[in-house]
Amino acid sequence: MIHGFFALAQVPDPQSPAPFGVWFLATVIKMIGLFTVWMVGVAYMTLAERRISAWIQDRRGPNRVGPHGLLQPIADGVKNIMKEETLPPYANRALFFLAPMLSFAPAMMAWAVIPFGASWASQWGRIDMVFADLPIGFLFVLAITSLGVYGIVLAGWSSNNKYALLGGLRSSAQMVSYEISMGLSLIPVLLLTGNVTLSAVVNAQATLHVWNALSLGVACFIFVTAAFAETNRLPFDLPEAESELITGYHTEYSAMKFSLFFIAEYANMITASAMIATLFFGGWDIPFTSADNAGAVSFPMVLLSMLIFALKVAFFLFLFIWVRWTLPRFRYDQLMSLGWKVFLPVALAYIVIIAALILALDAAGLARGLVYGLILFGVNAVLLGLLFLGLDRGRIVSPASPPASVARLASLRQAAAARARLSAMEPR
Amino acid sequence: MPQSPGLFYQVHFYLFGLLAIASALAFVTRKSPVAAALWLVSVMFNLAALYVMMDAHFVGAIQVLVYAGAIMVVFLFVVMLLNLGHPDELSDIRGRWGRLAAGGVGLALLAQIMVLARTRFAPELQVPANPVFGGPPDRGAVGTVAQPLFTEHLLAFELTSILLLAAIVGAVAIGKRRTAP
Repeated sequence: MIHGFFALAQVPDPQSPAPFGVWFLATVIKMIGLFTVWMVGVAYMTLAERRISAWIQDRRGPNRVGPHGLLQPIADGVKNIMKEETLPPYANRALFFLAPMLSFAPAMMAWAVIPFGASWASQWGRIDMVFADLPIGFLFVLAITSLGVYGIVLAGWSSNNKYALLGGLRSSAQMVSYEISMGLSLIPVLLLTGNVTLSAVVNAQATLHVWNALSLGVACFIFVTAAFAETNRLPFDLPEAESELITGYHTEYSAMKFSLFFIAEYANMITASAMIATLFFGGWDIPFTSADNAGAVSFPMVLLSMLIFALKVAFFLFLFIWVRWTLPRFRYDQLMSLGWKVFLPVALAYIVIIAALILALDAAGLARGLVYGLILFGVNAVLLGLLFLGLDRGRIVSPASPPASVARLASLRQAAAARARLSAMEPR
Repeated sequence: MPQSPGLFYQVHFYLFGLLAIASALAFVTRKSPVAAALWLVSVMFNLAALYVMMDAHFVGAIQVLVYAGAIMVVFLFVVMLLNLGHPDELSDIRGRWGRLAAGGVGLALLAQIMVLARTRFAPELQVPANPVFGGPPDRGAVGTVAQPLFTEHLLAFELTSILLLAAIVGAVAIGKRRTAP
């Protein structure tokens, strides 16, 4: 055992997996590296959100702490650590402490399966740029992120505050509802890939030469929208909804525990962006090349693929912020009817269509390649057009109730006239 | 999974097993319904870990996704909505005789498990040594479950789905009823 532990020179083939010792060291280094990048990313996301919102609203934003306000996240962190921790009376002490941790940990655990770069053909053997390419792939991510709701629900309940409780209840209903659309929107990806591991999804997109966003456009649209709902971001931030619920589930929290909820929100955004990039936008695959798909590659190529992945994730993080400062908040009944009455049936019908299409294309003897991807893209362009046409006719999303009919308007006018007569007869 | 489970594997297997039993005990003894529900989540999670250690990755993932992530959230949702008052007044544990009866049933179940564990079964009643990897190796975690489900057990699978559909329709019918019966 010890003899083979650091037997570095004994592996001549850089395409075969590295021995245990190298694998262990590489995993520790990857963990430290990714965690650092991730936490710094979360800190600077808060700054990016404030700067981009300022840009969108034609303001300046925080620009005083350090050059261009770059030290603002550090100042915020110091402030949050120095502030007083409060514990409301009649709060459930244990759950009140547990809730912030429960909302933060799942976002971090999901990274275990997300591949963030091409495999490195090192002199000690192949080193995969993923912690654990589990056989259950994105099911693991769905399972783990579905636990994030406990943090919010327990925070709302344990605070013993009506606004917090309402926020927690809203969040649990919202996240359970949109989890279903999210899971169903991933079944077309599974049908096209034939496997649930995320590395297989990345490879399948490289084989088709077309991103899943194009070849499975409707699924991508549903997944991205559900991701906004799952991360409690505008236009679906009803668990917080400042104008109705103060700040919802974290009303009673202060200092670092409050901060942890914010860290959890941004951490969830980064995880969701990474999932969108991996499942629908090719993951770490470098566009327009195939040199990175032949197996393990040299170190500069690995770095390039990581950069590509980071750029994709950064774009979706920008999208999260962009949408937040562009769209108004949904009403609660609109949110629920969108999830249950629009996305669920659309996702189910889409599974049937895609399954039939894949079956037909495979039966026609077409190999997986550019033509296959383009046919899927063509069908999806039509389907997406139909979906947007259906969504945008002002019947489903914009008003929660259908326009009043002529008879209903007439009866409303009569009632109003009767009320006016009554009030005119009443003595003042 | 190695052919003969190593010490590392065994330690973790029994660790998760003990955690599951401890969580189950906490689940039935807690008075507060929210705390009890959370301990049940812990039981589900530890069971999922055991499934994964027995190479049933798909079952483990679905266990967390469906039970811990969806059903227990709805449980908590209902418990919180009902707002059941102070936990001390809510205890479901009935007097001395109730406790004795519950303990007796628990001991009987424990004895049954011990007897079953020591009995030799006819070979046709036994599960194959490693059933998950019985099929072709390239099917992945989902394919190994989906293949028998949609070929050998198709009728049972479809009947179950009709049962679930009937339950959903029934729930909607009850939910939509306006007047009191």
